[in-house]
Amino acid sequence: MKTISSKQGPSKKIKKQIQSPFKYITYAILLVLGVGWMLPFYWMASSSVKNDQQVFVVPPVWIPNPPRWINFVEAWGAQNFNLFTFNTFFRYALPVTIGTVLSCALIAYGFARIDWPGRGVFFAICLSTMMVPFQVTMVPLFIIFKNLGWNNTFLPLVIPSFFGNPYFIFLLRQFFKGIPEELSDAARIDGANEFEILFRIIMPLARPALIVVGLLTFMGAWNDYLGPLIYLHKPDQYTLSLGIQFLRDTMSSKVTRMALAYPYLMAVSTIVTIPLVIIFLFAQRTFIEGISTTGIKG
Amino acid sequence: MGVISFKRLPITQMNRRKISRTVKRKILLGLIFISPWLIGFVLFTIYPLISSMYYSLTNYDLLRPPLFVGLENYREIFTQDSVFRVVTANTLYYVGIGGPISVLMAYLLAFLLNQKIKGRAAFRALFFFPAIVPSVVIALIWSFLLNTQYGAINGVLQSLEMPVIRFLSNPGLAKPSLIMINAWSSGTAMVIFLAALQNVPREYYEAAIVDGANAWHKFWFITIPMTSPVILYNLIIAFIWGFQDFTLPMLLTGGGPNQSTLFYTMYLYNNAFLFLRMGKASALAWILFLVIVLFTFILFRTSGRWVFYSSGED
Repeated sequence: MKTISSKQGPSKKIKKQIQSPFKYITYAILLVLGVGWMLPFYWMASSSVKNDQQVFVVPPVWIPNPPRWINFVEAWGAQNFNLFTFNTFFRYALPVTIGTVLSCALIAYGFARIDWPGRGVFFAICLSTMMVPFQVTMVPLFIIFKNLGWNNTFLPLVIPSFFGNPYFIFLLRQFFKGIPEELSDAARIDGANEFEILFRIIMPLARPALIVVGLLTFMGAWNDYLGPLIYLHKPDQYTLSLGIQFLRDTMSSKVTRMALAYPYLMAVSTIVTIPLVIIFLFAQRTFIEGISTTGIKG
Repeated sequence: MGVISFKRLPITQMNRRKISRTVKRKILLGLIFISPWLIGFVLFTIYPLISSMYYSLTNYDLLRPPLFVGLENYREIFTQDSVFRVVTANTLYYVGIGGPISVLMAYLLAFLLNQKIKGRAAFRALFFFPAIVPSVVIALIWSFLLNTQYGAINGVLQSLEMPVIRFLSNPGLAKPSLIMINAWSSGTAMVIFLAALQNVPREYYEAAIVDGANAWHKFWFITIPMTSPVILYNLIIAFIWGFQDFTLPMLLTGGGPNQSTLFYTMYLYNNAFLFLRMGKASALAWILFLVIVLFTFILFRTSGRWVFYSSGED
């Protein structure tokens, strides 16, 4: 995997040419766009501490004064968001992440580190399944899982993750291929079998790639809406995405629009977004390298 | 992804006269390792694909057993279903205009970030950020920003005594609004473009400067050709996701106003899970699948003319 933040150091003559007024124009455009890009999030955060009057005033209030901090507590309690968080984390995102990382590592090892005739064909088939849209299999899978009695459980969301994901299999395969073969050979001479080589040698060395897969899977599950929408119908099973939408439906329907609906929704949105901001700030490089690897080397 | 790497797949020779014992053992071992994918492929891809084909030839409401009706669902969709036409036109608009706009925006951002500037990492994080926020939250924020009565944007317009813009409640503006939001959250494509731009060998630019090229020449004759495989990749991804987009339009507009943002996947979802017409939904799914395959195929076939693959690249 290449580091993409490689410092650019053109020769001096070229440097001069680049440092033209063009550079200041670039900064100006970037600043304007940057402010525009962040404005929606600022609006979310500032609206979450508004009271009802501040929401409906023209011109819009950008800095609520006084801020109504209690919104965060009240909104979180307006529905059982503790339970929704628990559901999202322990019943959906975590098992899916474990399943995906384990199964993809195993499968990628079979495609990358064992030299067997036919693997090229299987790998091509594996990649081509990325073209099958979720919607094509959505209806029959729903029927299958319903007949298994898995409707209204987390099983239809979790179990398939233990069978690999072509996107991540591809990513891990690329990474595994880059690990020197001598390491495996040395282990083989010491009597290790292929599973031991995978778990003791390859996986520790491939930690950055495994973290990318884990993070992307986790965030995908944390943010998923359609999956839970199809399979989970009881409020005590709701994930955060369904929970927010549930709060929205109960608070802001046209007939019974309740006071503070928008501040509450923005407050909950802010709370749900904060863990993502933290994960992202800590793992930014991992993220960006993972995404660019899949796109570039592909 | 898959696309570009096909060329580099190891070519295995299956037609060996005698498969030795070690080779047999290796095949077995390989199959064991990929068995989770193999099993999943059969259970969650092949079987659903085939049964979806079968269901598309039936009337099935989940309560009574499927009733075989032949091509009736397809006939209804293509000849009687006026909503299908609306939905298809909406989706083609959304994909055909929204996809390229998102890709263009991502390329522009990546190009700006690839200049020699301070704080590149911070800007990159900032532009990427919308891509990791849950769609439910994105939908809420934008519905609140774009609202006609109390949205921030219209609030500013009103205080400047300018007419309000009905972003989401005007049938002509709802789709452009969604396209704008998608361009705003095209951070993933931007990150991929940025990496591609940084991979362009600097010697090419230096050689071009020696030959007297200006900034435009460098951009048009070096940057664009060298990044064209990634442009193709991002376009394909944008098209495939565009065809499948569900959450944002569902939560932001619910298909309205006047069905102007009712897209293919939402219509499919409604048929399956609201009207319980599993047969028709399956037929719709198959049509979508064929269209996506066809679209990708056309993009590939025509890409030979404008995509440049440098040889000897790692």
